[in-house]
This record gives sequence, C-alpha cells and structure tokens, in this order.
Amino acid sequence: MSLPHSVPVSWFLVLAALLFAIGVAGALTRRNGIGIFLSIELMLNAVNVELVGYSRLLGERTGQVMVLFVMAVAAAEAAVGLGLFIAVYRQRRTIDVNRLNLMRW
Amino acid sequence: METAIFLIFAALALGSAMVVVTHKSPVYATMSLVLTLFSTAVMFVLLGAPFIGALQVLVYAGAIVVLFLFVLMLLNISKEEHQQEGQTVHRWVALLGAGAFIGLVVPLIYRATQSRNAGALTEEFVSIREFARDLFGRYLLQFEIVGLLLLVAVVAATVVARKPPAAPSGVAGADSPISEVEP
Repeated sequence: MSLPHSVPVSWFLVLAALLFAIGVAGALTRRNGIGIFLSIELMLNAVNVELVGYSRLLGERTGQVMVLFVMAVAAAEAAVGLGLFIAVYRQRRTIDVNRLNLMRW
Repeated sequence: METAIFLIFAALALGSAMVVVTHKSPVYATMSLVLTLFSTAVMFVLLGAPFIGALQVLVYAGAIVVLFLFVLMLLNISKEEHQQEGQTVHRWVALLGAGAFIGLVVPLIYRATQSRNAGALTEEFVSIREFARDLFGRYLLQFEIVGLLLLVAVVAATVVARKPPAAPSGVAGADSPISEVEP
C-alpha cells in the first residue's frame, strides 16, 4: 500500500483556516443558541484538520492523538451545552441569545 | 488524482460550511454540518490518517450531530426569528474578524510550510497499530483523563437537563437563578 501524495500540505492548512474563519463569522452572527453551537463545532473541526495537517508535515503522530482528544472534548461540550439549552428553553421558551441576557450585566 | 479529490471535497466542505453558518433553519444547518464533517473526513484520509477519518464519521457525524438533531426536535425550533436592527453592523464586524483571522494565519502557514516538505507517506505513519501504541502508551494518562471528562460531562448534562420539580434539593441550584428573574 503506497500512497502517493501530490497535494501540498499547505493547501489543507489553508482550507482549515478558511473553515475556521467561517465558523468564527457564524458564531458572531448567529442569534440562535444551537446555531452558535454548530459554528463552534465547525471551528473545532477546522482545528482538527490543522492538527492532522501539521502531524503530516512533521511526520509526527502526536497531532492525530490530539485530534482524538479534541473530538472527545467536543462531544462532552456538546452534551453539556445542549443540556443547558434544554434547561434554559424550559424556563424561558426561547434560546435566542439576544433575549437571554440574565448574565450579561 | 489526489488533487482532483482534494479540490472537490474542499469546495464541498467550504460550501456546506457556508450553509451551516447562513441557513435560517437550524435543521438544514445541522444536516449541512454532516456534509462538512464527511468532507473533512476525506481530508483526513488524504493526509494519511484513515483512522481519524473513520472516527470523524462515526463519532462526529454519527453521534454528535444526532445529539444536535434530537435537541432540535425536542425544542421544536423551526426558524430563527427576524433579525433586529443593528444586525447588518454585526454581520460586517463578523466578516471583518474572519478576514483579519485569515490575513493573520495564511502568512503563518506559508512561512511554516515553505521551507519544509512532507515526506512520502510511510506504512508506519499510516498504520493504526502504531497509532494505538502511541495512544495507549505515551498518552495513556491523557486518554484516561479524557474518559473521565466524558463521564463527568454526561452526568452533568443529565443533571442540568432534568425536570426541575422532580428533585428540588439536588437540582435547585441549577434552575432557581433563572426562574427568580422570570417576570
């Protein structure tokens, strides 16, 4: 099994940076709590691509192990965050972050 | 060949990511996220990490996104409400931030990669056996800690999302601050 590799690693890294930027823009503009969460998942995913890309570039497998940990942390974060949204929705009947300003000031 | 696959799935990933960020309906955005995650799984395989690619499909697309969909169904949110005034400024600031980020990171990537070339993929680098040896050898402690974190997160999620009146003593701290201020 020999895998020829013609795509430069920097392309992957730039793609990941673009995905991360899209996620940033989404997290800043979304008003729906779930939408913000989706954008955060997008950013975590972009970071994963970046980690695997650099692990490929340096020939070091540590980056891939890191990706595994990032995935686990993302799962934990999604579970707790969605639980919080359920609790908030039960109280307030909305997850629009503009109207959830209890902790803002 | 790899270049064609890369270009196709890169375009797919960017396009579906745009849909995730812009679509009004959260359900469509979530399904679009699945597409992004699949495309990045292809990227992982191209980068010589097939195991990570498989995990991406199984864990991310299979479990986390399903969790999102469940919550969306549970809360029954169909569309985002209409944007308020001042929203366009918001949007421009977000675009500016994203653009500034790109402007900062891309030169860094250029500098990091111009002097260094990735060698050919070796059997040893791709093999799952070696990956497992790393994971359960050098990084065993971190692995256990992550497992503990997942356990704590699951317990926390169940406690937080539980119905308030069921057990007033244990859950009161999580729910009362919100209900106090309710008009």
